Amino acid sequence: MTIPVLSHQNSARASAPGPALLINSLVKEFKPSKEFAAKNPHRLTEDGLHRAVDGVNLTINRGEVTVLLGANGAGKTTTLACAQGLLKPDGGSVELLGSSPWGASPELRSRVGIMLQDGGLPQHMRPVPLLRHIARMYAQPLDLDALVKRLGIDTFNGTTVRRLSGGQKQRVALAAAIIGQPELLFLDEPTAGLDPQSRSVVFDIISELRDAGVAIVLTTHLLDDAQRIADRVFMIKRGTVVLSGSMAEVLAAGGKNQQTLTFTGGTGLQLVDFLPQAQSDGLVLLEKAAGRYEISGDIKPHHLVALTNYWQKLGAIPTEFTLAPRTLEDIFLELSGNEIR
Amino acid sequence: MTQTRTHNAASPVTRVLAQGLYETLAMLKNGEQLMVNLAFPIMGLLALNYTAFLDPWAERYGISRIDVAVPGVLALCVLSTALSGQGIATGFDRRYGVLRFISTTPLGKSGLILGKVCAVLTMLALQYFVIGALGQLLGWTATVPGVLLSLPTLLLGAACFTSLGLFIAGTVRAEATLAIVNMAWVLLAALGGILLPTDRYPAAIAPLVDALPSAALGNALRGDYIYQDFFLIPHLILLLSALVFSALCVRFFKWSA
Repeated sequence: MTIPVLSHQNSARASAPGPALLINSLVKEFKPSKEFAAKNPHRLTEDGLHRAVDGVNLTINRGEVTVLLGANGAGKTTTLACAQGLLKPDGGSVELLGSSPWGASPELRSRVGIMLQDGGLPQHMRPVPLLRHIARMYAQPLDLDALVKRLGIDTFNGTTVRRLSGGQKQRVALAAAIIGQPELLFLDEPTAGLDPQSRSVVFDIISELRDAGVAIVLTTHLLDDAQRIADRVFMIKRGTVVLSGSMAEVLAAGGKNQQTLTFTGGTGLQLVDFLPQAQSDGLVLLEKAAGRYEISGDIKPHHLVALTNYWQKLGAIPTEFTLAPRTLEDIFLELSGNEIR
Repeated sequence: MTQTRTHNAASPVTRVLAQGLYETLAMLKNGEQLMVNLAFPIMGLLALNYTAFLDPWAERYGISRIDVAVPGVLALCVLSTALSGQGIATGFDRRYGVLRFISTTPLGKSGLILGKVCAVLTMLALQYFVIGALGQLLGWTATVPGVLLSLPTLLLGAACFTSLGLFIAGTVRAEATLAIVNMAWVLLAALGGILLPTDRYPAAIAPLVDALPSAALGNALRGDYIYQDFFLIPHLILLLSALVFSALCVRFFKWSA
């Protein structure tokens, strides 16, 4: 059973003109830790500062889900904290619903919903009384009972926030972010730690909000989820935007016939014969796990012939062999590199 | 609804009262807070009434023990609610990101602080009622001038110790806040001129203790009730301390840990 969580007034407000969030040439510098400075001397400015955000431009439209991708420490959270008015940048400008986010009025804050990475929920409270309290800050909050039921929060309302599981806390934090019917919604890892049923509910809610005209900014490391729900993608690497566009554009980037070939196993599969040819054709090869390979790019029949000939020569057969359109995860790994940070 | 709203914030009064109610209930539901805010002051009042501890002062002033005890215990209530209560609650809220989250809702930073002020005042009113009633049962008499004089003193004391509590909570880790305010509560209650007047301290030490905001609050309240007189110097110390601690808060308070 689907309980509508949106009232009609939201659609009216969300149809206002102009982008919901406009970030121009944003710069934010921090004093680096000694450890960071020692390891990354090339990433410091002349003044010895770490430029965590270095000229980021973002446009967030109403009625769209925009996903912000980037490895840990890429500058996503810093960018968003500046956009939310929680941090003051060192350069550039931010227009949050047409106004400056720093020192935002209560009226402006009432139009923006924020789900923070750490939740920000008081530990001693039970979920429903907490949400009821937050709802009192708004003139027309969502129907609390419907929202609580929809997110399954009623099933663990007897427990204080301190004792909730990660996924349960996520659901309460999501409810807290949307209860004020925001026009612009920031969601940080909304599906992390959720069971499949709750994840599906969260996706449905996000879709409904989008359809009602809400601008949604999503940060997540769950790239399958991002690909499923997002309309627009920005990817940040070392403080700059390295990729942006609609999901369709990003997936088709570098040619229309981008595909990913994944295979596992075979004896001593080193790809020796295949490598030079693939690389000269511009294919990207990654060893995703021991013995599990991924080849992505414009894969042609002769690449498959070369591979199968190679296996025939070896007398080996892979245990897994799939050819699929390129995913957001493939693109992310190509752009961000495979190193772990 | 036919008209399109431009925002969805509740009115400022609604927001602040909601936060005040929320913070008050949080204090009343928290066992440790109840102990420090109500149980300890009640125990303190009973102990001071049924032991001869305050007799030297009672004899010196020509009044009964309970008359010396009640103003001191009310000063202790301010210390409990404002310094320990708000200090610890705010310290842990900051650690768990609650302050950061609240500052993004229509309540905002100023609404949060006003809400805390409402909660402190509500709690103080409750403490005043409980301690006053118990004092009456034990033979203390509330006089109209005494009560009227005590109100501005209690407000100044609340302002002073709330801003001190928030300053500590907003600058050091939550565990350190807990340790500092609990230690301060014990030391100031016992030796800081809260429960015991400083006039029997060694002559070299008494003026130093008198200069503390804790002794200023104790002395000012004793002046209000025992002499029914507005003691200027302690009130000035409280006012100055409140201004200094508030300025430190504005300057150094960090909303996220």
